[in-house]
Parts: sequence; C-alpha cells; structure tokens
Amino acid sequence: MATEAEIYPALTTIFHDVFLRDDLALTPELNAKDVQGWDSFKQIEIIMASEEAWKIRFTTRELDALRSVGDLVRTIATKTSGG
Amino acid sequence: MTELHWLPEILDWRVRLRGLANEPGSVWDNAVALAGARINFVLTNALDETLRRLLPGPPEGLATKPVRLAVLGSSTLAHLLPAIRVAGLRRGIWIDTYENDYGQYRQELSDPQSALHAFRPTAVLLALDAHDLTAGVTAAMDAEAADAALTEVTERIRSTWQQVRESLRCPVLHQAALPVHLPLLGNNEHRLAGSRPAFLGRLNARLRTMAEEEGVDILSIDDRAARDGTRSWHDPALWHRAKQEVSHTAAPMYGDLVGRWVAAKQGRSFKCLVLDLDNTIWGGVIGDDGMEGIEIGQGSPLGEAYVAFQDYARELSRRGVILAVCSKNDEPNALEPFEKHPDMVLRRGDISSFIANWSDKPANIRAIAEALNIGLDSLVFVDDNPFERNLVRQELPMVAVPEVSDDPTGYPVALADAGYFEGLAVTDEDRERTSQYQGNKARDALKASATDLPAYLRGLEMRLIVRPFDRIGLQRIAQLINKSNQFNLTTRRYTEEDVIAVMADPEAFGLQLRLFDRFGDNGVIAIVIGRLQPNKDLLIDTWLMSCRVLGRQVEPTTLNLICFEASRLGARRLVGEYIPTKKNGMVKDHYAKLGFTAMETDASGGSRAVLDLTGFQPAETFIHVTEG
Repeated sequence: MATEAEIYPALTTIFHDVFLRDDLALTPELNAKDVQGWDSFKQIEIIMASEEAWKIRFTTRELDALRSVGDLVRTIATKTSGG
Repeated sequence: MTELHWLPEILDWRVRLRGLANEPGSVWDNAVALAGARINFVLTNALDETLRRLLPGPPEGLATKPVRLAVLGSSTLAHLLPAIRVAGLRRGIWIDTYENDYGQYRQELSDPQSALHAFRPTAVLLALDAHDLTAGVTAAMDAEAADAALTEVTERIRSTWQQVRESLRCPVLHQAALPVHLPLLGNNEHRLAGSRPAFLGRLNARLRTMAEEEGVDILSIDDRAARDGTRSWHDPALWHRAKQEVSHTAAPMYGDLVGRWVAAKQGRSFKCLVLDLDNTIWGGVIGDDGMEGIEIGQGSPLGEAYVAFQDYARELSRRGVILAVCSKNDEPNALEPFEKHPDMVLRRGDISSFIANWSDKPANIRAIAEALNIGLDSLVFVDDNPFERNLVRQELPMVAVPEVSDDPTGYPVALADAGYFEGLAVTDEDRERTSQYQGNKARDALKASATDLPAYLRGLEMRLIVRPFDRIGLQRIAQLINKSNQFNLTTRRYTEEDVIAVMADPEAFGLQLRLFDRFGDNGVIAIVIGRLQPNKDLLIDTWLMSCRVLGRQVEPTTLNLICFEASRLGARRLVGEYIPTKKNGMVKDHYAKLGFTAMETDASGGSRAVLDLTGFQPAETFIHVTEG
C-alpha cells in the first residue's frame, strides 16, 4: 500500500541515481522530452528499479501506456494497493 | 535472487559517491571501497558513470593490469558493461569495455579495419544469446537433424574462438547459454530431439568439452541461474522490449562473474580462508562451554550446520585454498577441539596458520599473512561477530570479509556465491598446498600492530545500559554467573535465589550491563556483585564479562560504575579478588591493569588488590553510560 504522495520521494531517489542529477524535481507532467538523456535505455532502468523498489511487476500493456512521471506513479499506486 | 548478498551495506553510500570528486587524489581508492558494497544495478551504473567522469583512464601506479574487454554477441549487452567494469573496480582492476554494433560481431571479427580491431582487446567475452544459438531448432526435427544442428552451431563457435585467437591474439571467455526456453514435453524433455531447452543443455555440455580442447574458459551463467532461479536472470518481457537476455537486476551478478575471471587470469583470486572459531565453526564459546558444551556434530541442527561449514572449508583446502584460524581464545582451549573433539571435521593439520590469543584481529590477520608469506589481499576472513568484521574491514580494507548472519547454514553459501577463490585450473601443487604451508610456516612473535583502535571505538557509538539486578534479568544473570569461565575473576557460582538475596541486601549491589553499538544490541555482557565489608571495604565478589566485548573499554567503564556504587554504600576502598582456575588466566592481571595496588598473593596464585576511592579519577572512555 503506497499512496502517490509516498511514491514521489522514493521515485525521486531513483531518478537521481539513474540520471546522476540531484536537482531533478519530479512533477506529474515530467516526461522523457524534459530530461536530457532519458532514452529508452534509461526508461527501462527506471522501470526495473521501480519494480525492485516496490516489489511489483508491470505488464507489457502498462509499460506501453506510460507517458509521464504521473502515469508511472499512478500505476505504482494502483499495483501496490492490490489493484 | 541475484543480490550480491556477501557484500556489506554502506549506509552513506550515496553521499560518498557524490563526494568522490572532492578528493581528487583518492578517487580510485574511494571508488574501490564503494564497489565493495552491496549495490543494485542502478547504483552500479551510477558508480561507473561517476568514476569514468573523474578518471578517463586507469590511475597511475595501479598494481593490477588494466584490461580491454570486448564483449561480443547478437543481443543487447550494453546494460551489462557498467557492471563488468565495476566488478573490475571491486578487485582493483581497471576494465575498458567494447560492445560490437548490434548483430555485427562476426563481420567485425573478420574485418581488420573494424572498430573491434581498433579497440585492441586484451580479452574477449563471447556472450551469445539462447535465441541466436537455437535459431532453426524446432520440435519438428528428428534426432539426426537435431544432432546436425548441434554440430553446426558448436563448430561455428569453435571457429569463432580460433578466429579471436588468431586475429586478436587474446584469451576467450565464452558465456554458457542461459536456459531461457520453455519445455514442451516436460520432465522427460530430453526425449524430444528438437526441444530447444534440451538442445541448449546438450550445447552447454559440448561447449565445456570443446573449451578444454581449445583452451577457452566458460562463464557459467547457466549454473548461476540454476542457483538463483532462471526467472531472476531472464525476463521474457524485457527480451521482447529490448532484446536484453540478462535482466538489469542480474547485471551486478553477471558483472561479478566476469570480474572473477579477469582477476583469476591475473592470479588475483583469494588464496586463504581465515576462520574465527567460537560461533563460527562451532556453536558456543570453547573457553566457557568446554568440549562438552560446544555445538558441533550430528544430533542437533546447529551442530550439523557447523559440520557442513567445516566440510566446505576442508573441501576448499583440498582444492588448494589455505586455511588459517584467527580467534580470541587461550591457545590451549582453542586447539583442544581440533585435537580431541570426535565430531570436528577440521583437524589441526588442515590449518596452516593457527593464531589464538587476545590481541586484536587485524594485528593477528597481518601476522597470518606474514607467516604464510602471502599478501593481505589474498585473505578472506569469516567471523560471526559484526564488531570483528567491521574492525577488520576498516583496518584492512584489502581483506575480504563476507557479510554473514549468526546462522552457520549461510557461511558456505556466502563463500561460494562470493566466488573469492575462483580458480581456472587445478594443479597437483594446489592439492599439496596445505602441507607446504604447514612445513614452512613461521609462528614467531607477532609484529606490533598499527591498528587505529581508538578511532574505531569512537565510531562504534557504544552505549552501556546499567541496571541493578532485577526479576526480569534474573535468568540471564544466573546463566552468565554459572557459564562464564574466562573473563571471570572469582568464578563464584550462584543460584537464582542467591541473586535474589543480593537484590534484597542493603549492604550489597548487583549490576547487569548491556552494551549497544552501531551494529545493534550485544545483550547483557557483564555482571558485577559488590559486598560492603564491616571495615568499609567494598569487596568485588563477582566480576565477569563476555569475551565478545573484550578490548572495547567496557572494563574501565565498569570500574567507574563500581566506584560510584561503592561510594554510595559509604565504602572507602575497593578490594578486587582473583581466584585462579584452569580457564581464567586471561584476567590474572585485571586489577593491576586498572590501577589497583597488589595486596596479597596466595600459594595457588590467587591475589587481592585494593583501590583507594578518595583519589579515584573515573577513566574517560568512548562508551556512553545510561541507567536503564
């Protein structure tokens, strides 16, 4: 059970580790176009790190539907509440 | 699971990573330390990227040979490269990597103008994926067709090996195929000639035979995946999305397997296993519990687990790993099980350097390396006690100290999974090694230690909780009074009723001391009973302590507490008594060390000493005392 508010800080740490940038502030609208170096490779790192952190497994459809940080956070929240 | 579970966690890891740039002269050493922590793939990548920004090439004066490793294959491998480089870093080896253009490794191999040739690799890792290797293999095949396919693919691999050797002139590490395919027939899959999983099983067996013929080494990720679970190594979703055969989460383990090979090629595998004794290779404390009391041998699950660990250590020694012992014990006590206990697997003759004394472990480990004439960086030290592990890690960062729990079941697993003793061949010399070291070992006096103990103790953040005897602690107090043999000044044994009598006596006090430090609760570690005499002397009737906390300033701190309690009862002097037994020789000079004046000595070696309370100055220690 993780709420969206709880997910943001942990996800921020993941982003900072993945991009090695501590100034990155996560907003629901943030997407790959906004961050330099956010390519498909980094996208997979973020996904895998999130799976590891919240002990969840995204489906292929869920991954294909991700467009922004907000989408990712909502998906994590849904999956961790058993939804 | 693919976690590097034998590596310790570093709590301020991220802060230290960000701080790498602040110490330009120590970037490499500090990065090596960070690589020695239990980190996942994200942090592995972060470390690699940070280091490469700060150090474009190997630092000067590196004792190891830099390696240029070409990683060739037909699937996505880029995510494995940082983990390979960090695994090199973990071993103090600079690794540069090269990955072929997607799907182009054969073309690059045969083209002398290719980027691969321009890279001038010093080693090649052939990481062929299971889908590539089984291309064309189908259940529709009969046995003959499947055999032909197997021959074709293995001969193609053989010619690739030869090509690498002829055109690039460097050694080959060949990745065994990862068993990612799903069965069709089931338990008896091997009966289906064209089964892909069965085909890969045969391929991996054939590769190993061929590797012997061609002088190639194998990267056994098939064995590793069998231990971890193929599912933790391979995620079909990731394969479909990015053609990554090995999961990101398994990348640190993959990299470490490669790092072991790179180190072994340079002769830098670990050579010697140094074992603690009490609660590491047997259960209990030999000095307190005695031969009958320690847990080793069949009949109890714990005793059997220690047997299994000893057996694993002995098997290692039979393939050439040197065994040594480093224990805080009186030597005769420590030796007795090796010589007389019927259930011990390890015998004195298996141990090439045996050090049991009360010096600190870093000093003794240095002495072991010196006696065996091998580098400290070839020692692995196993100890159940987190205090000792961390002291050795701090003082001797080049010694490998696997992180283990208090459950001996995990000890052989930690050693095996860590791959410290990675070997590429077994020689007759390996099998003889233990006896060689036995023969020429030098067991003279230990070199003076250079251990910075005060700094370590300060960093431990020790807290001593002092409580008078109480009902809750009754059982533990009585147990300690009746069990402790070594650090026990008088070895007076008392029942629970006797303890209750102390609680009720206004002219006496009983203290139970519990020690916490940054690694957790050490439990009740010391007991003191003081009795006021009619002449206003306070007699220290009982003073005992667990040997686990020796050398941590608990003794002077306890004396401060005794003086405080004695003054409260109106005493003018402390009288300390030493009653010798077979086992308490280590505390013979206890009171002299604490500044008491010798008063009398009897024929059996017992003694009394006094301390005047009027001039007493409490000792300053790194232990913070609170009343509990």
